[in-house]
Amino acid sequence: MKSLKKWWPTPIRSLFLFLVWLLLNNSVEFFHLFFGVVLAWLIPQLIHKFRLVQPGMKSPGTALRYGLMVLWDIVVANMQVVRLVVGPNKRLRPAFIKVPLDLKDNLSITFLASTVSLTPGTVSAEVSPLNAGGDEPRYLLVHVLDLADEAELIQQIKERYEAPLKEIF
Amino acid sequence: MSWLEWLVALLAVAGSLFVLLGSVALVKLPDFYTRLHGPTKATTLGLGALVLASMVYFNFVKGELNVQQLLIALFLFITAPITAHMLVKAALHLKLKTSAQTSGKQNADL
Repeated sequence: MKSLKKWWPTPIRSLFLFLVWLLLNNSVEFFHLFFGVVLAWLIPQLIHKFRLVQPGMKSPGTALRYGLMVLWDIVVANMQVVRLVVGPNKRLRPAFIKVPLDLKDNLSITFLASTVSLTPGTVSAEVSPLNAGGDEPRYLLVHVLDLADEAELIQQIKERYEAPLKEIF
Repeated sequence: MSWLEWLVALLAVAGSLFVLLGSVALVKLPDFYTRLHGPTKATTLGLGALVLASMVYFNFVKGELNVQQLLIALFLFITAPITAHMLVKAALHLKLKTSAQTSGKQNADL
């Protein structure tokens, strides 16, 4: 078990690299399988020392459901953005809003910020303060294309996206 | 035409339409910040639909296993929000002008 850990410090990442290599080559010939295994071993070994320890996933089921929900939301968000784009510019109500963050670690905040950028007519602009550990509460600065109700949007982001992320990590 | 070919056609046309509208947003919207919304969203869905069309075509119409396209979707979903984030950060740093109807400027120190 100990030698396994030494040879494969991050087994899931190795498996992921292996699969991506096969997808890139689009083949399962022996040569590609062999080279994939070599890369899946070599790359984690090389980058192991630089790795920041990130929290593991606590609830893969929630993560899967979250992923599917985000995919669906991307479709819905697109319909809205398209409607706004086609309509007259004057009707837009762009705004900057601050969403207070309950999430603590950088990985889950990254996930939240990316989700916010991909979904409901919003692009995340900044996390402030940048470093965790200060006393100041952190918030996410978000640019909204068409803001109807600030409090409602903040609540939607917190309930729909932040709450499941809190469960996952 | 079989229904699979109809599906491919539908996905390809819908995808192209979304990519086109995303590009229209880039030209038409009033300021830098609003213009960013086009490429992060419409283009993501448009490319997603195109990738799906390509997968349906090669796997089911042509009948060869071909799942490389998943990688395009994966890289796109990872890189699009990060690119947008870096662009907004740069814009905020340079204090680019916002359109007159933007509210909440004090939140962004503009």
